[in-house]
Amino acid sequence: MSLLEVRGLAKSFGSLAAVRGVSLAVAAGELRAVIGPNGAGKTTFFNLISGAIRPSSGSVHFDGADITALLAWRRAARGMARTFQVTEIFPELTVAENLRIAVEVAAGLRLRPWLGRAGASRIAAGVEEILELADLAGKAGRLAGELAHGDQRATEIAMALALRPRLLLLDEPTAGMGEQETFAVTQLIRRLHRERALTIVLIEHDMRVVFHLADRIAVLDQGALIADGTPAEIAANPAVQAAYLGQPAEAGAA
Amino acid sequence: MSAGGRTRLPVLLAIWAALLAAPFWLPLIGGYTALGTRVLVLGLAAMSLNFLLGFTGVLSFGHAAWFGLGAYGAGLSLKFLAASTPLALLFGTLLGGVLGAALGALIVHRRGIYFAMVTIAFGQVFYYIAYRWNSLTGGDDGLRGFARQPIALGPWHIDILNSGLAFYYFVLFCFALAVGAMALLLRSPFGGTLLAIRENERRARFLGIPVELHVWIAFALSCLFISFAGGLYALLNNFADPNNLHYSLSGDLVIMAVMGGMRNFWGPLLGAAVFVVLQDYVSSLTTNWMSFIGLLFVLVVLFFPRGLLGVARGKSAA
Repeated sequence: MSLLEVRGLAKSFGSLAAVRGVSLAVAAGELRAVIGPNGAGKTTFFNLISGAIRPSSGSVHFDGADITALLAWRRAARGMARTFQVTEIFPELTVAENLRIAVEVAAGLRLRPWLGRAGASRIAAGVEEILELADLAGKAGRLAGELAHGDQRATEIAMALALRPRLLLLDEPTAGMGEQETFAVTQLIRRLHRERALTIVLIEHDMRVVFHLADRIAVLDQGALIADGTPAEIAANPAVQAAYLGQPAEAGAA
Repeated sequence: MSAGGRTRLPVLLAIWAALLAAPFWLPLIGGYTALGTRVLVLGLAAMSLNFLLGFTGVLSFGHAAWFGLGAYGAGLSLKFLAASTPLALLFGTLLGGVLGAALGALIVHRRGIYFAMVTIAFGQVFYYIAYRWNSLTGGDDGLRGFARQPIALGPWHIDILNSGLAFYYFVLFCFALAVGAMALLLRSPFGGTLLAIRENERRARFLGIPVELHVWIAFALSCLFISFAGGLYALLNNFADPNNLHYSLSGDLVIMAVMGGMRNFWGPLLGAAVFVVLQDYVSSLTTNWMSFIGLLFVLVVLFFPRGLLGVARGKSAA
């Protein structure tokens, strides 16, 4: 059964149709990449799925339920975590504090005005685990805003993981990263997918990353879904090649 | 030291020792006990405002409204309900807290300057009500004809009315209760969500935090705490007047918080101390005391942008 399904999803900003009638299903445990030239509507598509904006028409279904009308925080509370193209973290808190808040919210404690010793140590253990997983243990006490770009991205992914999500949406996780950092993040995503069977949808420009990770690839162009298939099918698809050849600079950058 | 407002133990002990001993060391440096009481009350007010400003990242420019409602509530309770100090404080705290919570619910969807403007408007509404409703509030002359009452505590009888020293310790006790509650709240998971909202509202939302609900609770709590301070202020002066509600006091409270350091839990208390002491001292020399405070405020903002206690955790990169 598919964990995430969108049906006829569309969004217009004035006369601009950013996303046009996209239908797509992501199976549980799948790693799906969403690619497309600049301005193809990938981030708008993500914003529609995660509830950052409302669709003009169409619907979003998560785990069998229609969540089209749900606010973003409710989708997160149901197990849909996301990262952003421009890193969104808590810059003046330490990495450990960033994660602590996420772990506490995930544990359903967000309205708790106090926490006993047992509760606090359970939270601390949860934070430790995520720090290890994201390879941030050595930076736990650093202010998140003072970390290198790659570590800030890793902190954001770690916060998303701290929610113990059933679906992880990653918007260009390797954007602006060097070779080493890209490799580290790719390995992390691969581990999450292979070892934890986490369902992941990611937008990515780096084609090596996409073809290395993805089970299936969806291609958006000018707001429409022009292809959806295995990496081999997508590589051989003439419509995809045309979309990318129309923007040679994009293909070169990737 | 941490952003959650945790202060290291030795610093904490030093602060409480200084507050406990204040009536004894204040006269040595030219102060007096009632000045210390005033610092505690306005310090609590500034810390209550900072619960919202410094730890939730929401600026209210009309917090004097809730402070003044607390003051009038306490005064009216003593004058018309019963001669009981605890009842007066409870009544004042609930009057400001409940009205703050109710009106806050209307504006939590606003942010930044829009939020601040509406809070000023609320404050001025209550200012004019107090100013015009002569029969109840005494209007422009203020509310008179009440006095704080001695506290009966089992076999003990604490005369906070005639002993300024006893009243100081009574206020310090109330201050400790409120400040302790604020510190515990900020350390709690709920407090964590407030820091999250301050730091990055979008991230907070996508962690699964209903931001408006949490801002509203923080606003209501802040109103509750500052009304409590307002009640104490009425007890201190045995008087309440419309200026307790006026936006210029709201501005003073913001100045205290920013000058002391709004990222530091204790910053607003230091800001209030500087403000009150300077006001007391300079106003005996010139009526233009506010220009000195203004000058000091400008200097602090220029040289210590994070406030007097904010340098500890300054960011290295601007």
